[in-house]
Amino acid sequence: MEKNVKNDAGFSMNPDAPGATAYRDDKRHWWWLPLFVAISPMVGIWIAHETGQQAWTWFTGFLWYVFLPIADAIVGRDTRNPPDAAVPSLETDGYYKFIVHASIPLFYITWIVAVWALATQDYSWVGYLGVSLGIALTNGLALVVGHEIGHKTDRTAKRLAQIVLAVPAYGHFSAEHNRGHHKDVATPDDPASSRFGESLYRFVLREIPGALGRAWHDEKVRLARGGRGALSVHNELLQSFAITALLYGTALALVGPMLIPFLLISTFWGWQFLSTSNYIEHYGLLRQKQADGRFERCRAEHSWNADHVVSNLMLYHLQRHSDHHARPTRQYQALRSDKAPELPSGYPLCFTLSYFPPLWRAVMDKKVLEVYGGDITRVNIDPRQRDRILAKYGAKPTPAAGA
Amino acid sequence: MARYRCPGCGYTYDEKLGNTHEGFPPGTPWSQVPEDWACADCAVRDKADFVKVEEDAPN
Repeated sequence: MEKNVKNDAGFSMNPDAPGATAYRDDKRHWWWLPLFVAISPMVGIWIAHETGQQAWTWFTGFLWYVFLPIADAIVGRDTRNPPDAAVPSLETDGYYKFIVHASIPLFYITWIVAVWALATQDYSWVGYLGVSLGIALTNGLALVVGHEIGHKTDRTAKRLAQIVLAVPAYGHFSAEHNRGHHKDVATPDDPASSRFGESLYRFVLREIPGALGRAWHDEKVRLARGGRGALSVHNELLQSFAITALLYGTALALVGPMLIPFLLISTFWGWQFLSTSNYIEHYGLLRQKQADGRFERCRAEHSWNADHVVSNLMLYHLQRHSDHHARPTRQYQALRSDKAPELPSGYPLCFTLSYFPPLWRAVMDKKVLEVYGGDITRVNIDPRQRDRILAKYGAKPTPAAGA
Repeated sequence: MARYRCPGCGYTYDEKLGNTHEGFPPGTPWSQVPEDWACADCAVRDKADFVKVEEDAPN
């Protein structure tokens, strides 16, 4: 007789096992998928080399912008959660930690192979751009990995986050994200939470400098408490930037100026990956002000959730963002689908939607209003458009909370 | 020396140990931790939310 039976939480439980914690996570072996994506630019480069067709260098771009939206549509959503009793052992299982850590060298190897290919493969603009876009997307994935391990509470994981974040040249992310974004999320004070009516492009121009400024400020405050100046070897932003300078500088010295467009495209489009994720993660959502003047604490309803299976596997459950913000120290494999506002699709398709602001707003503005029962005054509104938006939805002009 | 626990994630600030990485050397009393400081592990809860850990009475 089959010993393993599926329970309604979607996990295989062995009824003979002691306690309720013996279970098998259905996604367990699928968490290797992002490692494949991390090396996918090399796959494209190799096939292009073998076939002579440079279009294969667009393989990673195709994966993100075409394959994943289709796969999400076909495979659909999975709202199942691990049973509570299974969570502690799921969280301490070293296997999950191992595969995230194993991806770190892959981002370096892929980046170096891409530089080698650009220097030796005599690409036309087709191959050059394909490789640059591919590395931009693996840089985006490196940011997702840096995000996951940067949240861990041990120093080793935080060091590894600095190392992986050096590839996309975003060493200030951990400081910015953990101490800044998580504290201020879904408030008007957060440069990394997008506002109702704000286009992606306006958001990116506010977020990228705002995030760097906040990270630098917070790091300076942290160092000052210990009696140190900002320009110190103990500055964790500068530590990561130094690795970036070494990596990029060596590549430039070896290959020459023909590498400059690649560095610009892969770096800025990689940053775009992060910014666009931030844009769609909290669009319009607002923590309300309490009587004591503080914002209510962050709960699941202050982030958009997406349960699409395939893109969640590629992004280490980042799309289960509501639970992540409510419980930031929870490991990716244990993140839950919570009572939260739902995005219309996984991030890959949401990215494309947000590139066309009228399309994004046509889909999302009404969803934001549904979250607040139609009350526009409870929404995080772009201050430039506040009066016009309030009037459009028939509300009296009121000042923004916390503004 | 007292200890204060984050009600969200369980991180505990121990005055005896401080939190060197955050810039609070061992022995830094809770009163010297800034009011706008957020939990070092989760940043979901602020200093004002922290709960004093009641130590077991000595035998």
